[in-house]
Amino acid sequence: MLNELGHFALVLALGVALIQALIPLIGAQKGWVGWMAIAEPAASAQFLLIAFSFGALTWAFITSDFSLQLVFANSHTDKPMLYKISGVWGNHEGSMLLWVLILAGFGATAAWFGAALPARLRARVLSVQGLIGAAFLGFIVFTSNPFTRLVVAPFNGHDLNPLLQDPGLAFHPPFLYLGYVGLSMAFSFAVAALIEGRVDAAWARWVRPWTLAAWVFLTIGIALGSWWAYYELGWGGFWFWDPVENASFMPWLLAAALLHSAVVVEKRESMKSWTVLLAILAFGFSLIGTFIVRSGVITSVHSFAADPQRGIFILGILALFVGGALTLYAARASSMQGRGVFALSSRESALVLNNILLAVAALVVFVGTVWPLLAEMFWGRKLSVGAPFFDKAFTPFMLVLAIALPIGAIMPWKRASLSRAMRSLWPAAVLALAVVALAWAIGVNRSTTALVAAGLGSWLVFGALSELWLRAARTPARLARLPRADWGKAFAHGGLGITFIGIGLLTAWQSEDIRVAQVGVPFTISGYEITLDNVERVQGPNYASNTATMSVRRDGELVTILHPEKRFYPVQGMPTTEAAIDNGIWRDIYLVVGDPQDNGGWAVRTYIKPFANWIWAGALLMAFGGLLSLSDRRYRVAAGARKVAPLQATPAE
Amino acid sequence: MLKTLMLMLALLAGPALAVQPDEVLPDPALEARARDIGRVLRCPVCQGENIDESNATISRDLRLVVRERLVAGDENWQVIDYVTSRYGEYVLFEPEAKGVNLILYLTGPTALLLALGGMAVYFRRRNAAPVAGGPKLSDDEARQIAEILKE
Repeated sequence: MLNELGHFALVLALGVALIQALIPLIGAQKGWVGWMAIAEPAASAQFLLIAFSFGALTWAFITSDFSLQLVFANSHTDKPMLYKISGVWGNHEGSMLLWVLILAGFGATAAWFGAALPARLRARVLSVQGLIGAAFLGFIVFTSNPFTRLVVAPFNGHDLNPLLQDPGLAFHPPFLYLGYVGLSMAFSFAVAALIEGRVDAAWARWVRPWTLAAWVFLTIGIALGSWWAYYELGWGGFWFWDPVENASFMPWLLAAALLHSAVVVEKRESMKSWTVLLAILAFGFSLIGTFIVRSGVITSVHSFAADPQRGIFILGILALFVGGALTLYAARASSMQGRGVFALSSRESALVLNNILLAVAALVVFVGTVWPLLAEMFWGRKLSVGAPFFDKAFTPFMLVLAIALPIGAIMPWKRASLSRAMRSLWPAAVLALAVVALAWAIGVNRSTTALVAAGLGSWLVFGALSELWLRAARTPARLARLPRADWGKAFAHGGLGITFIGIGLLTAWQSEDIRVAQVGVPFTISGYEITLDNVERVQGPNYASNTATMSVRRDGELVTILHPEKRFYPVQGMPTTEAAIDNGIWRDIYLVVGDPQDNGGWAVRTYIKPFANWIWAGALLMAFGGLLSLSDRRYRVAAGARKVAPLQATPAE
Repeated sequence: MLKTLMLMLALLAGPALAVQPDEVLPDPALEARARDIGRVLRCPVCQGENIDESNATISRDLRLVVRERLVAGDENWQVIDYVTSRYGEYVLFEPEAKGVNLILYLTGPTALLLALGGMAVYFRRRNAAPVAGGPKLSDDEARQIAEILKE
């Protein structure tokens, strides 16, 4: 019964979304206040209906209601509760439901907290948001109904893919969706602004927090996915340039560009039409990502069940929104001339450079991702584009970005002096060179990757610190009183540096040992003495496992005892490897146990992974910086401000 | 459809112990070269893993072939040629930079040059007419200013 109600609520939500899309739009055009006012209750109603529907599906998973095909295919009574719940979005239908839930949630918050927005703009934003909701609700109702019943309910289900039964992966999709879908707000604001034919500082001030929030969620979501791959897949890879990873990375790059260009619109009223275009593209790439994951046109380790019918539906949605928005853009962009002029060396130019680098880097990732598809379609060639290409084609952009970032970040608006900026940064440059020298002297080896990453990463970190110091007018007491946005900026830029260091040093300095280990016979790798003490058979809730006990010693002292496992999930008939990791600031010890060998002993892999945790620590710092910035007083004030922002003196640089 | 999905996942997600202990070459330098090659070769039956990461039988065969050729004295490019001549360019993770693939390689640099060129044109044009900066006043605004000035 609850399932039918959930399905019914979903259909109702589709109707409400259509009303939310059409009535306020007409109202805003004609100036009818009553019609515009529909948007707000409609957004709330749509959200509540979808929340109810989502709740009904979650309940079906919790109670293991195998009369639902979806629950039957993805759950099992023995599965731990956390994974029963995360199983709701561990499949195509349920994850789409989560998608629209978050979409409606963003729309509802805009309705609830957007009272200060000009009425017309708000009506149009909510209407565009409603239209996106209607499109995806239609997609679910017509092609991917999560509430399909089975005629005969089986006694038990198929269980969730064991790789997905993991805390990291339980929360990876929701964060990614929050990010993807958060960009829909920037898109809705962009389209609304195009309809109004007007973009000003107040508009940018509204778009920035949404974009920032979406970017923070994307950062966390991508970091979780990468961390999961690191500890779960069994060889410690953290990024594979898989099409689906790229699908989340492109919106991240564009959202980062959009964040920065919206600053220029807000402070200097320049780069308006470019910012609107970026907002459209950022969400457009989120949709492309959805298409890539769910249509099966591009083979990827992540893909959901490939279904051409669904692919065509999403392609239609993509064409409607991106095509429609770009057409509107072509017609209206000329009416959004920027006002502020700036010199070649100025913060505006630095931000233009930031945008060029991020956008072109996103383009490179895009071309690499779709090239196999294009080559097969137009030239009949079956070829692959993978990590070696992306490493070479993408990295240069990030290197230039890292060199320019600290300098651009301290330049004043309008007119700056490059040499003056460099002069204030010389201590940071000296420190960065000192770090390079340190890496040269005590590193595992002197590979260029390690030296460049150590140098540029610390240049970013010390650059961010120098900037804080300059802003506080070189007075420690003033540091605490700096606006949170300044701290947020420093954390985000410094975090990027930390991630740089992590990626570079891990790639260059990791060591590996593959061998057949006999029980009780120690072996040595990079100064660590490792012993396989024993292997036991352990029965888990829904799996059986060979659990090894391995001790790690250094100079005779016990460092740690680790328990790598090899599990077998009988319901899915699938083995998984559970690596055991001793996490550390300077290195991870990463142990994997494999199959027993015919002539005794076990296949064992050992990795020493220096600076691995810096990759995700940096990502967390970036996200934390975004959150700090988001909590800045400016936005709290802006939320209460009327229409046009009060005249504001440019903050002293 | 769901069954095929399960099958796909089961195939690709097998135990991650990819390179087996018995495959590793005794000479570390040669083994390092084998790894470099393994990284650029795609497992022909998987979903986008290279042969070092993959657990498929064919990947194991390919890893062994790579090592055989290396031991026989081949250069890295010769080994890669040897494998691609048998399995086609599909197994190459980094397509050859020639012919139509140039589109793939040149899109990024071209876009970067265009963008930087656009920026240069913007500044040159601005410098040519430095005084004309700023927005034009509408008739309405001009009249208002005139009135304010009169007072």
